[in-house]
Amino acid sequence: MRNGYHIVVCGSIVPDPLQTLEPIETPGGPALKNEMMLPAVLDPWASHALYEAANLASKVAGSKVWLVSVAPKAKLQQVMMTVAQKVSFELVAVDGPASGFGDAYGVAAILADEVQSIAGLDRSRLLVFGGWESASRGAGVTMQLVGERLGIADQFQGVDQITTQADGSFEVLERIEGGRHQVSMCSGPPALLGWATGNLPEPRNNPQVGMANMRTVMPALQRAKAAALAGSGLRFLSTTPPKQQRQTRIVKNRPVEEIAQEIVEWIGK
Amino acid sequence: MAAPHKQGEVVEKILFLAHVDESCNVLPKAVYEVLGLAIDVAAQMNATLTIGLIGENVDTAAAFIGSSGATRVLAVSGPDFAQPRYASDAAALEAICRAVQPTLVLAPATWRFSRVLPGVSHRLAGQADTHITGLEIRDGALTASRWYYRQRIEAVIRRDARPWFLLLESGCHKPWTGEPGAPSMEKMPVVIPAELRRTNVTGTRAPKSEAQTIRPDADLLFVAGAGWTKKQSDGKVHGEEAESLILRFLELSKASLGGSKSLVDQSGDNQAVLGFMTHLNQVGQTGATPRHPKGLSTCCHGEEPHVVGWRFIHERRAINLDPNCGWARGKADVLYVSDAFEVMKRVNELLATGSEKKEEATATAR
Repeated sequence: MRNGYHIVVCGSIVPDPLQTLEPIETPGGPALKNEMMLPAVLDPWASHALYEAANLASKVAGSKVWLVSVAPKAKLQQVMMTVAQKVSFELVAVDGPASGFGDAYGVAAILADEVQSIAGLDRSRLLVFGGWESASRGAGVTMQLVGERLGIADQFQGVDQITTQADGSFEVLERIEGGRHQVSMCSGPPALLGWATGNLPEPRNNPQVGMANMRTVMPALQRAKAAALAGSGLRFLSTTPPKQQRQTRIVKNRPVEEIAQEIVEWIGK
Repeated sequence: MAAPHKQGEVVEKILFLAHVDESCNVLPKAVYEVLGLAIDVAAQMNATLTIGLIGENVDTAAAFIGSSGATRVLAVSGPDFAQPRYASDAAALEAICRAVQPTLVLAPATWRFSRVLPGVSHRLAGQADTHITGLEIRDGALTASRWYYRQRIEAVIRRDARPWFLLLESGCHKPWTGEPGAPSMEKMPVVIPAELRRTNVTGTRAPKSEAQTIRPDADLLFVAGAGWTKKQSDGKVHGEEAESLILRFLELSKASLGGSKSLVDQSGDNQAVLGFMTHLNQVGQTGATPRHPKGLSTCCHGEEPHVVGWRFIHERRAINLDPNCGWARGKADVLYVSDAFEVMKRVNELLATGSEKKEEATATAR
């Protein structure tokens, strides 16, 4: 790729996975109890997409990474304090809901508008990244809709690897059944990649990267315009946490032989 | 399913979508399950049922569901539709939907459909919901169940938008088991222009692991936690022994292998850990939520982020040295407080003996 890629990563925040989540009813529909108080993280799959974007940008000179995020501004600012130390990017923030109960159709419309409004974005160099699902809605819908709205016909979901070629084409590995990957060759941008976990470890915090990022992150947060999700006719009839609690039989002080026998019998039933 | 459709309400028009599998001759197992559900829903809602098929050659596959009672069977076939490619699959499915003008579109949540149908819903000015685990008719209208926040909150939803695309998970209904037949199939010509051929699917690739470790149809899920790679009672790490014990168990039991995030992440960090474990094996909050009748967890603490990946595992057992681990708090049916290295070694010996006896019995019978 001669001039580098323009990589736009779409990703929002989710409650820290260690938190207990309890649904409540509000006039606006279901929500999480104490949602604004829950510690948040950048969605795990969006994080992978961001790390992969930064990795790709570091290999191809002239590339640039944007992170487009729709989330409550105050929570997003907290999360950025950590994320900004990982890799270099320019934040495009929208002050809106990050709830998993929000409809993907409204979120996709906002994201697509924001991507299109990025100044200087070159469609012939554009790669749109994001998590293929999120840890909140977990639907795998939003990124496809963003792609459709941007008129991108080359879409890949459940991506674990991208390997670029000198001519701008790239190979993509997408997850398929049986723990395998489908291998595709795409002739080049524009394309959309919804990432699974990829293969990269989480980058270590780098305070220098963090300081450089924060020069653009804070103004972006201040500029963030408020956006509400358009009504889509999605109605929640109920939201309930799983109630299934098992009566665990704890087997202690039993010889290995007996335990092994019991397990083998259970497997064979 | 409950509460049949009331007279006088809007009649739904159901389109059931399917694709042939990689062999190009048969339909994936999940197709039969969702077809069974679609037939039930159509009957209860007094709706018409149409089938749409895509693939390189759909004739053989169509015969398998030829007696399903669908009013129409439409197909888009040809070399352009042999491989799952977003651009061509979306074009084919869009063409079928435009021809049928359905109000409800039901499809199995295969990887092929999961990565294209929401996009198609946008083209049809419809809306899509995925990972549906059940359908029910309430007050004459269709409702769908799905999980939010990675299997931690279950919701029942309804949409006003039509067409409503519903991608259903496997295991949500009994498979349809009708006789094969010869359906009258309408083949639709769909031309894929050059701008939609920028991507070529060149094949599939299995993980680097020497043995197959992910078996979606296995009766047992075996999950390995990070404890396998920690120092054992002798103060040493026994990585190689852990690898051989786990692989031997998978070989003998034909179980599918899952891993906790911490163990999988260690592999990503290039630490000396289980060489066959990849992110594809990861089960839990940020991994897969597989469906197996039984699950056996080893050396894993069983805290909530991990156990959400077990939501669809019916019988759960765990081996852990800590009697107060998460599994003991209502997450597992049985917790064996013991050393997984010793237990699994003996389990393997017993399974191997059983396997030998079976072989001998088979040889004698011959």
